[in-house]
Amino acid sequence: MKILKTFVLIFSLMFAAYPVHAALNVFACEPEWKALVDEIGGKRVTTYSATTAFQDPHHIEARPSLIAKVRRADLVICSGAELETGWLPLLLRQAGNANVLPGKTGYFEASAFVQRLDIPVTVDRSMGDVHAGGNPHVHLDPRRIAKIAIKLTERMQQLDPEGVRFYQHRQNDFDQRWQKAISQWQQLAIPLKGKRVVVHHKDWVYLFNWLDIKIAGALEPKPGLPTTVRHLVNLKQALKKSPASMAVYTAYQSPRAAKRLAQMTGLTAIELPYTIGGAEGVDDLFSLFDITIKRLLGGLK
Amino acid sequence: MQTKKMFYGKHIPIISCIFLMGAAQVATAKTGFNPDISLILDGRYGSYSNTSSYALPGFMLGGEAGRGETGLYLGHNELIISSNIDDMFYGKFTTAITDENNSTVTELEEAYIETLGLDYGLTVKAGRFYSDIGYLNNQHGHAWDFVDAPLVYRGLFGDQIIDDGIQASWVAPTDLYLKLGTEILRGGRYPAAGSTDGGLGAEAYFVKVGGDVGTSNSWQVGLSHWKADVSGRQAGVHAHGGSTATEIATFYGSSKVTGIDFVWKWSPNGNAREQSLKIQAEYFERKEDGRVDMVGSSPLETTTYKGKQHGWYTQAVYKFMPRWRVGLRYDKLGSRNNGSDADVLGEAGLVTNGHTPSRSTIMIDYSRSEFSRIRLQLSQDDSYSDSDTQLLLQYTMSLGSHGAHKF
Repeated sequence: MKILKTFVLIFSLMFAAYPVHAALNVFACEPEWKALVDEIGGKRVTTYSATTAFQDPHHIEARPSLIAKVRRADLVICSGAELETGWLPLLLRQAGNANVLPGKTGYFEASAFVQRLDIPVTVDRSMGDVHAGGNPHVHLDPRRIAKIAIKLTERMQQLDPEGVRFYQHRQNDFDQRWQKAISQWQQLAIPLKGKRVVVHHKDWVYLFNWLDIKIAGALEPKPGLPTTVRHLVNLKQALKKSPASMAVYTAYQSPRAAKRLAQMTGLTAIELPYTIGGAEGVDDLFSLFDITIKRLLGGLK
Repeated sequence: MQTKKMFYGKHIPIISCIFLMGAAQVATAKTGFNPDISLILDGRYGSYSNTSSYALPGFMLGGEAGRGETGLYLGHNELIISSNIDDMFYGKFTTAITDENNSTVTELEEAYIETLGLDYGLTVKAGRFYSDIGYLNNQHGHAWDFVDAPLVYRGLFGDQIIDDGIQASWVAPTDLYLKLGTEILRGGRYPAAGSTDGGLGAEAYFVKVGGDVGTSNSWQVGLSHWKADVSGRQAGVHAHGGSTATEIATFYGSSKVTGIDFVWKWSPNGNAREQSLKIQAEYFERKEDGRVDMVGSSPLETTTYKGKQHGWYTQAVYKFMPRWRVGLRYDKLGSRNNGSDADVLGEAGLVTNGHTPSRSTIMIDYSRSEFSRIRLQLSQDDSYSDSDTQLLLQYTMSLGSHGAHKF
């Protein structure tokens, strides 16, 4: 035990925790939630995103740096609906931070506060990476983001009572700008209505549901499984019967499959940002939808 | 990296009903009170150029140590049950079902509880668990990147240290990951053996430090120390020059192991889906002081024994395209053992006769999904003086809701 005590002493001196000035230390599983917390929290929060737009949020390793971040977090905000089951439970178990465990005020699952789509009637591993709780990629519908923002604000107010008015003011301001932006996006996206689009993975369900775009097929034979040549050939056959306008993929997915299909069929392959940082100029939630819609419209030409 | 996304058939109607009722507040679909149950299926084929019995000169082998069987055989088929017990505790139970000499043997590998909400970075674990020393020790065999354990794990730990006890660990509130931990163990199992000191025969200490370099790299370095008062550790597997081993080398004394481990992982932009590289290395050193008896000999053959053994391995595993990985590993061991009776030391397998055990391994594996893997491995094994070319083929599959693996 003496050795342990010495270790503790030496290391507490070496790595003395530096003071955190912000009232709330927030660990976001994905960049979109970091951006939303930043909108509402402003200077009162320090935020960290566990993933970037170039990483697949289904497949993240519970690496040491993430354990260290969760250890110090006041609030953990994630998509939920099983998107992070491969790594978040392990982080929470290893970090020894009681305030951010499921059920506690410091644990916020965004998808729990909105209606989810694609809830399967049955689930089986042979179906690929399906989520029993429904599709977790809820941030791609701005109307759902507006709802989540209200719930998130309440949560931040509970965690940081001194900032109640500050957060409320910022949420009101965000909501005004956001609602205005939503009607502009809807106007812009009218030409996309009813169009058929090939997707890489079922990341786009909420966006397409909002803009009334139809999914013409997926590049993944089954969710989470890599594309095969045979699957592409089948897809090409299906597209002959009922053509699509374009194929879309995200920054974290390999463009190869979409480009291959483009070669085979003459479709345009479009890279969409999917989240903050997923394309140049996408540095907040507003620019995420600005650029997503702009690129989709570009795909129509 | 494996996930638990699935339910069991009978719950689906209930769960679907909950969602159809529009209960959007339900935090996750994991509303069942059933624990996560997963089954690991492991089957192998082994082919060896050498038929003489396995030895590791300078090391008294025991535990699970030894090379695999010849031909088709089953590996470690495991049943794992785990769950959060309540808001304060998590529990895990692992049993391995193996075949030994045509009879089915059940081994209890893990049975522990762990605190969840202790706060301040503290976690306490109690029960039977894999010790957290080294990097590979607390990983299940099915999570290894090669079919078999590194030689240093085989030689010092009998593949892995599993013991009964209590572990306390603390994660520092720093940006750099720092974890300190200690274990008080019963020491009743190999390599401690004997449950001395009133059933508190072994202890362990570890420090782990880790972090990221940019978004593409992450690393971890660990230091660990394990010691035990050994009372009657038997060499389970040991070559005895053709004769039937009725005399069993048995060690009494103190044993201390110190190790350093290192792992570095790279993937482009931190996205391991398409491509990744993992480099790891570990070094261990063991000092032992006591005596070795040849139990079963008459009159009893005995010798004093002062041993110093060390070993290291380094390996790299490269995922060059989705589903496919290749790996390289190199092992090397060394020892310097002294005692009053060189003949007895020799019988106990503690004399090297100038041989330095080493092994080179190459493997390639294919994972259809994160739940299935098929692996081919080729080794040039110079564990002992007869060089052995080994070919191993293995499948590892996991059924059910399997928890995530550690870094």
